[in-house]
Amino acid sequence: MSDPASIVIVDDHALFRSGVRSEVEGLVEVVGEAGSVEEAVRVIGATRPDVVLLDVHMPGGGGVEVIRGVGAVDPGQRFLALSVSDAAEDVIAVVRAGARGYVTKSISGEELAAAIERVRDGDAVFSPRLAGFVLDAFAGTVPEAEVDPDLDQLTMREREVLRMIARGYMYKEVAQRLDISPRTVEAHVSAVLRKLQLSNRHELTRWAAERRLVD
Amino acid sequence: MAETGASPAPRSQPPDRRERPLRRDPAAGIVGGVLAGIAAQLGWDVRLVRVLFLVGVVVTGGLLLAAYAVGWLLIPAAQSGGRAAPAPVPGRRRGWQLGLGVGLLTTSGLLVFRELGLWWSDAVVWPLVLAVAGATLLWAQSRRADATAAAGPVAPRAERAPSDQSAPAAALTPASRLRDLYRGGFGVALVVGAALLFLSQVDALGAARDAAFTAIVAIFALALILAPFIWRLGRSLAAERAERVRSQERAEMAAHLHDSVLQTLTLMQMRADDPREVAALARRQQRELRAWLAAGGEAGEDRFAAALRAAAEEVEDAYRITVDVVAVGDADLDEPAAALVAATREALTNAAKFAAEAGPVSVYAEVGPEQIEAFVRDRGPGFDPDRLPEDRRGVRESIVGRMQRHGGTATIVSVPGSGTEVVLSIARDAR
Repeated sequence: MSDPASIVIVDDHALFRSGVRSEVEGLVEVVGEAGSVEEAVRVIGATRPDVVLLDVHMPGGGGVEVIRGVGAVDPGQRFLALSVSDAAEDVIAVVRAGARGYVTKSISGEELAAAIERVRDGDAVFSPRLAGFVLDAFAGTVPEAEVDPDLDQLTMREREVLRMIARGYMYKEVAQRLDISPRTVEAHVSAVLRKLQLSNRHELTRWAAERRLVD
Repeated sequence: MAETGASPAPRSQPPDRRERPLRRDPAAGIVGGVLAGIAAQLGWDVRLVRVLFLVGVVVTGGLLLAAYAVGWLLIPAAQSGGRAAPAPVPGRRRGWQLGLGVGLLTTSGLLVFRELGLWWSDAVVWPLVLAVAGATLLWAQSRRADATAAAGPVAPRAERAPSDQSAPAAALTPASRLRDLYRGGFGVALVVGAALLFLSQVDALGAARDAAFTAIVAIFALALILAPFIWRLGRSLAAERAERVRSQERAEMAAHLHDSVLQTLTLMQMRADDPREVAALARRQQRELRAWLAAGGEAGEDRFAAALRAAAEEVEDAYRITVDVVAVGDADLDEPAAALVAATREALTNAAKFAAEAGPVSVYAEVGPEQIEAFVRDRGPGFDPDRLPEDRRGVRESIVGRMQRHGGTATIVSVPGSGTEVVLSIARDAR
């Protein structure tokens, strides 16, 4: 394995930060922690980590504000959203703001480390839940005139990949099942992430608002 | 057809005949709408009737004015919606012109009385005219406010609205409220002025003025002294109420946390040696707390996704495992959907029994336009479905059999060493 990724953990609960720290100990290098939006922007600017582990819910605007604040200085900074809330609206908002993935806080240490590696390498990380959100948000048909096929619709293959992820398969297993290479799976997921971030599909917002709390 | 004598049916004639009872038309009239009503009754132009009326007043030496007043009192006003308005009339006219009209009416009435020799004193003329005009202004305004409050912008008013933007329907706009205030103030000033004028004319004011002045100064001084107290009292009352609401909320929250979270934490300490039990307790508490925070945002139990989640939670609680549910789309919980939920529950139970140690079980359900699919996947040791013992009724009956009975399918894919996936699919009820 290459050098361990350097990360900054941003969460307003100190207890949770130390929990994550001990989970990923030895797998990645924790170079900083922050408990508020301002502190996060300062720490990230000072330490320049490979990946920022970002809590979706924080006082003072939450993860979205951190991404905005850092993005103004360093647009290349990579973020991985981490949350217990699972409110679709917030998750979609933080991903659209620029996070390259979303995992739930129940994730295991190794899985989290793997997700961090993947985000560092510029790939997208979709948990089963995020895959479900995206499938739901992109479900249904868009009036022909409004469709930008590049952004507003998922291809058959992307849909297939997302469904496998939603069913709980790892990228590697998805590749096996669909008989494609793991790189292709990652390319599909990255394409979906791009669509999620750039699409103007009005359903996205409406759908997310309707589903304030999914679980 | 039985004729019921008591039935109040004044409009039993055919409506296209113009034989309707005489009605005033306050909306079209200047003062009381008597002339407008007469004009409508006769089918004449209202202006003609008015000219004739004025001529009549002059000729009869004012007696016709008394007749007008009697007519105003006795003829009921028309229901505004019952007929088409003959001429659109600006609503603004109602206040000012009514006041002016009644004032003039009073003047001429007084002149008539004077002519007839029924007279008290000239001092009464101006005060009386001003007072009547002011009172009319106030009266008209309060009635208008009543009507606006009661009726709102109803259709008959809207019919007349296009001809004038200040129709009554617009009475609640800020500009018109200001106008009302202005008019009301003017009316009050008229009445008060009339009273003062009268008093000064009868020389009663001289003595009263000193007393009134003293009283006003005293009240003003008192207001200055008390104002801060009253202000502060109002403020502190509001603050106290807000504080009470807050403390009630806090008490409610404390009670809930005590009943749920603290209890669970105590339980978890007692079971600290059983990690699975602790995890299950924590998970159940997490779910409860989340539901409580969402407070009613939850979908009803008669929907497919909610039922699926409920089933997963039951298995979680019963077998102390973790189930991740991802549902895409939703549907009513009709018979096929319920069968799918039941089969899913059975598959989950199986996974809980045979793959509990291997991490969370994933459930993915997708409601499509024609079918509902569910995937239950565990990461357990797996088995060979073809060599399933006959006595494993759970899989055979509850999953495969149930799906087949409802016209669905169940496929079990199990690779020894990398887990099992149960794929359930059922057609949606085509109703």
